[in-house]
Amino acid sequence: MSADVHQEVFIQEATELLQELEESLLELDDNREDMELVARVFRAMHTIKGSGAMFGFENIAALVHSIETSYDLVRNGKLGITKPMLDYSLKACDIIKEMLTDPAMKADSPLALEISAFFTETGGQAPAKKVHEPVSKEALLVRQNLTTFRITFKPSPEILLYGSNPELLVKEVAALGEASVSALTTHMPDLNSIEPEKCYTYWEIILTTDKSENDVRDVFIFVQDESEININIIDDFTGGGDNLKRIGEILLEKGDINNEDLTALMDERKLIGEVMVEKGLVSQDALDAALTEQQHVRQIREQKAAAENISSVRVPSEKLDFLVDLVGELVTVQARLSQIAVKENNQEMLKVAEEVERLVWELRDNTMSIRMLEIGSTFSKFKRLVRDLSAELGKEIELVTHGGETEIDKTVIEKLGDPLVHLIRNSIDHGIETPQERIAAGKEEKGHIILSANHSGDSVLIEISDDGKGIDKAAVLKKAKAKGLVSEGTELSDKDVFDLIFAPGFSTAEKVSSVSGRGVGMDVVRRNIEALRGTIDIASVQGKGTNITLKLPLTLAIIDGLLVVIDDQFFIIPLSIVNECIEFNEAAHRSSSGRRIIMVRNELIPYIHLRSFFNIQSEAPEIQQIVIIELDGRRVGFVVDSVVGDHQTVIKSLGKAFKDIECISGASVLGDGSVALIVDVQKIYTGIE
Amino acid sequence: MEENTAVKNGTSCQVLTFRLAEEVYGVDIMSVREVMDFAGVTKVPHTPDFMVGVINLRGNVVPVVDLKKKFRMGATERSVNTCIIIVEMQIDGESTILGALADSVQEVVEFEDSVIEDAPRIGTQLNTAFIAGMAKRESGFVIILNVNAVFSMNELSAIAQPAAEEHAE
Repeated sequence: MSADVHQEVFIQEATELLQELEESLLELDDNREDMELVARVFRAMHTIKGSGAMFGFENIAALVHSIETSYDLVRNGKLGITKPMLDYSLKACDIIKEMLTDPAMKADSPLALEISAFFTETGGQAPAKKVHEPVSKEALLVRQNLTTFRITFKPSPEILLYGSNPELLVKEVAALGEASVSALTTHMPDLNSIEPEKCYTYWEIILTTDKSENDVRDVFIFVQDESEININIIDDFTGGGDNLKRIGEILLEKGDINNEDLTALMDERKLIGEVMVEKGLVSQDALDAALTEQQHVRQIREQKAAAENISSVRVPSEKLDFLVDLVGELVTVQARLSQIAVKENNQEMLKVAEEVERLVWELRDNTMSIRMLEIGSTFSKFKRLVRDLSAELGKEIELVTHGGETEIDKTVIEKLGDPLVHLIRNSIDHGIETPQERIAAGKEEKGHIILSANHSGDSVLIEISDDGKGIDKAAVLKKAKAKGLVSEGTELSDKDVFDLIFAPGFSTAEKVSSVSGRGVGMDVVRRNIEALRGTIDIASVQGKGTNITLKLPLTLAIIDGLLVVIDDQFFIIPLSIVNECIEFNEAAHRSSSGRRIIMVRNELIPYIHLRSFFNIQSEAPEIQQIVIIELDGRRVGFVVDSVVGDHQTVIKSLGKAFKDIECISGASVLGDGSVALIVDVQKIYTGIE
Repeated sequence: MEENTAVKNGTSCQVLTFRLAEEVYGVDIMSVREVMDFAGVTKVPHTPDFMVGVINLRGNVVPVVDLKKKFRMGATERSVNTCIIIVEMQIDGESTILGALADSVQEVVEFEDSVIEDAPRIGTQLNTAFIAGMAKRESGFVIILNVNAVFSMNELSAIAQPAAEEHAE
């Protein structure tokens, strides 16, 4: 592996750590007494510093060092968190981000120096403290809380290639206390197959120290991923000096002898308990109780060990995208298999086809769930945005988030960032008033923006609400009339007025600020959301605040669809909005004075002839079907020739050539290789309305 | 025209020739992905009539254009020789594939630069922007098309009809 690869890994890791750091810092701002958060900040900084120095980012290490020292003081209760401290820490995060992309950047940019100076001052000139001071044996013996660890350190054979020297690590551990080190060479291959660049030795260190297991682990922090490190407490000096372990136990613990062998050996002798019972020293009951206890402890330990083994895997997202593509293709092929099986009417093949269908569905659901990410990661970005922007505008705003654990498809999350930033900026700039205005209006000085997410059927609802001044409908109307978007004298409902905000080129801000008001806003937001097959809704009460709701599909790649036929063409209607399908006889309804309304169980439902809407020139069959869908709580019927059934719809884009088509949102390949078009019900509905 | 120079820069270029009605056209072989039989086209509603529809090309949905309709030469009659030429080109900087209907595909011909001339300003039914050059050969001219211009975004999407109005109640 080359150094570049390591730098790459470091940059990736550091970026994540920085994000975590930023989150913790922002949380810390709200909750300055939380020592847990301080510790988290400290740990993140410590790791960035350590691995930064290791991979040649000395500039980062130098900068972080000064900050870390201050947080160490906070951690030890010698310093309180202050606002400037957090401000500088956040700025430092930004600088480190830049340094990551540009390693040549020196730590002596004016801002970096300012940050360092600030923290050196608060940190009380604390000198770089040596990580581990060697401890003299005498000093050690009088200390309390001594623990003896057995540390098995099996570095990966490639450790030397990574630039780490295992020997130094071993020495560092040994310096933590009283240690006996044995180097074990059982894995050493014979001379012919030795590769001199590899490390075959492993070490076993018996260490008695007053440090905690974590302190010991810290030594290995940079090699722990590649190396096998086992740290066991073998004696914590709590049980007095006389319960020394038997040699069998020690060997067993070390794994040098396995349990069966030992038991076999032990079985040759009588068990100590049985001997005791025989001699009448203890009763059988007492022995059973003791054995149960032993069993219990063992079980608990095993459970604990199992819990610790649960881990996650980091996978590049391209691989996931590819997996989803493959599953998409598999779904198509499976559809074809099922179709052939039905056509051939081969019982055995039908069985296989069904089995494959079940597996493919499961695979699909599973793959989709892998791509689901918690939306919280996006939310935390906005905390910083709100903090910075509100300071810039002299407003006091708190961002409250709910439902950060709501999961949504990765691609949706990625495309959601920009629209959300825009909406939140709008709330900060146009929505929330200045503290003076708020007090004058009888409101709390501090404004609130609530960002929440939750599931609703197969969609995710994201709400952005603020308690600001709301949308001034009169101002919107006036502006729209001035821009010629509405003609004079038209009566508009509230909803229509709010919809004007999404018209291209519309911006209500009197002044253009750096934050918003350039008028390229809301129409782009709406387009982005619609590109995700989502919808956007505004509700606002003047003086009380604004509430914007985004409704987004859980996933973009595969949906459940209802396959319908018109003429000899296939169309797909998203199943999630389909309410019911009913038979429809045109002739029987012609009487109702030309109005296209059908009565279904005492409810009048308007309907649309998809055939004529799509300009398909052929006679409709006598008996047709109406697919009734529900949109925004209203029901509409779509007349089609016939309904085929449900279809796993792998959505394919129609591409740029068809980007202006309003009534079709995509296409899907059917089992027989033909193409079915996905009907954009929402667009048709709003178009006709 | 970038493509004019692209065709003429090399010492020679290879062109796939095909027939639309009685005339022979050509496209630079570098932009041709494959040629396939005409079958299974799904018409997309509310599109200009020269957009024949979409086909399934190994799992990808690819739009097909009727060049004759596009060039106002009447509709392409479907026959055994009717083919779809799959071309690859740039739309708004993105690589896209599209199909073009041809009455029949002929051959791949190599033309020396010297025989390729600029499009005449008058005398063709075609918008000269569509033509990358005219190649002379014994049997007549080959009109080499500028694929990127013919299938440019403006040309393709100009006429999405607002059908909702036509069918309003």
